Amino acid sequence: MAYSDKVLDHYENPRNVGSFDKSDANVGTGMVGAPACGDVMKLQIKMGENGIIEDAKFKTYGCGSAIASSSLVTEMLKGRTLDEAQAIKNTSIVEELALPPVKIHCSVLAEDAIKAAVADLKSKQK
Amino acid sequence: MKNKLHDMPIYMDYSSTTPVDPRVAEKMIPYITEDFGNPASRSHPYGWTAEKAVEDARKEVALLVNADPREIIWTSGATESNNLAIKGASNFYSKKGKHIITLATEHKAVIDAVRECERMGYEATYMEPEPNGLLDIEKFKSTIRPDTVLVSVMFVNNEIGVIQDIITIGNICRENKIIFHVDAAQATGKVKIDLETLPVDLMSFSAHKTYGPKGVGALYVRRKPRIRIEPQMHGGGHERGMRSGTLATHQIVGMGEAFKIAREEMDEENTRIKNLQAKLLKGLTEIDETYVNGDLDKRVPHNLNISFNYVEGESLIMAIKGIAVSSGSACTSASLEPSYVLRALGRSDELAHSSIRFSIGRFTTESDVEFTIALLKEKIDRLRDLSPLWEMFQDGVDLEKVEWAEH
Repeated sequence: MAYSDKVLDHYENPRNVGSFDKSDANVGTGMVGAPACGDVMKLQIKMGENGIIEDAKFKTYGCGSAIASSSLVTEMLKGRTLDEAQAIKNTSIVEELALPPVKIHCSVLAEDAIKAAVADLKSKQK
Repeated sequence: MKNKLHDMPIYMDYSSTTPVDPRVAEKMIPYITEDFGNPASRSHPYGWTAEKAVEDARKEVALLVNADPREIIWTSGATESNNLAIKGASNFYSKKGKHIITLATEHKAVIDAVRECERMGYEATYMEPEPNGLLDIEKFKSTIRPDTVLVSVMFVNNEIGVIQDIITIGNICRENKIIFHVDAAQATGKVKIDLETLPVDLMSFSAHKTYGPKGVGALYVRRKPRIRIEPQMHGGGHERGMRSGTLATHQIVGMGEAFKIAREEMDEENTRIKNLQAKLLKGLTEIDETYVNGDLDKRVPHNLNISFNYVEGESLIMAIKGIAVSSGSACTSASLEPSYVLRALGRSDELAHSSIRFSIGRFTTESDVEFTIALLKEKIDRLRDLSPLWEMFQDGVDLEKVEWAEH
């Protein structure tokens, strides 16, 4: 399968790989997907004092497009509020990475990961 | 082995196909340009020359497997041989019964031919092998029915390289008066085949898995006791009426020469390849959480099939593009389809997806193997650093107990 240059770039040089401490009150963790389906994404966001996401990290088990989608998302998240983060749609990931139709589910998974991470953070801050 | 024409990855996929040995190619060329006659032409020297070449090649194929040349029928390859054997024999002997036994890990050319028989009114049993890929003989015995007419078991598995116990299976077939077909496409030049002693009635061969050209193969049809098959291709009555069609002289010459080289060189070659396999095995199993698929002892030296846990198959293939290998994962579409062979061994979807088949051969060098080991070590490390599953495994989380959000 031919990958777009942007997918290849994120795959070869993934941004923001790693983990934050899950128990930190300012960290929201979203884990979506299943090993049997071939992809699992773990996305973490770290909230700054001003209500802005100051950092994001990911780890992904999945194909090149899944790795690229989650890498891209960590870049998109930084500097956004939680509401702005939740507004990110999978279509903008598809567009940015030029994902082919068979890989659209990777972008959907990335969107789900954002929603799960934000929900986790919100539940911690209640 | 490196490609001299293009910048290509190192070839580690000999079970898919092999390069034509230069000695084979050289021998084939005159039969394309000069000695182009139709071997069936009886009225002039063009035909006679071609016919002699075809018969010489037939002898070479027979010699490699210790058969009578009259027992060798030319076909277009092992797929056709398998189809001809399975449909041809079960049709001819349908009065005996309409039950066929085969293995779930057979090549698609066998499985789908048996499925076609099912559509024609036969019943089929697709036996699951043991976790090591081998057929359990006792289970096999209990699968046999009075109306079992045909058993088809491959000699060497194409994905995991395991060698089935053909003698024992064949003897059981004899006792029960069942026709026994063996797909030996992956076996020639790798294991010794002696049809004088092997209780096999029909055996399929391919040229291109043994350094011959693509598009030609053969079917062995035993003469004593005589095995009959119904032709699947009708026409001029070539090949004793079993397979009509003008013979492809140059291809056949190539197969003959390839099998001759295999006969003369296989002992030495297999010793060398066995050493390379041992080196590859040692290097790759130094990586944590690797699983060899298929029995290690009852296996050809050319094959190593390994699953790398916690790494996804497609991203792994993407990472190791410096080598040409096959994956147990066929992610050509959104729906992931792990190898049916590995699934039949009871491997989980994840392990089936993360499997790589390394297959080596005549032109594989020591440095090819060293490059492969170093590449895999580096890339597996990198992908595991990216993998949340690896992180969880390291933290002692039991992944079987996690409730995943299946999608």
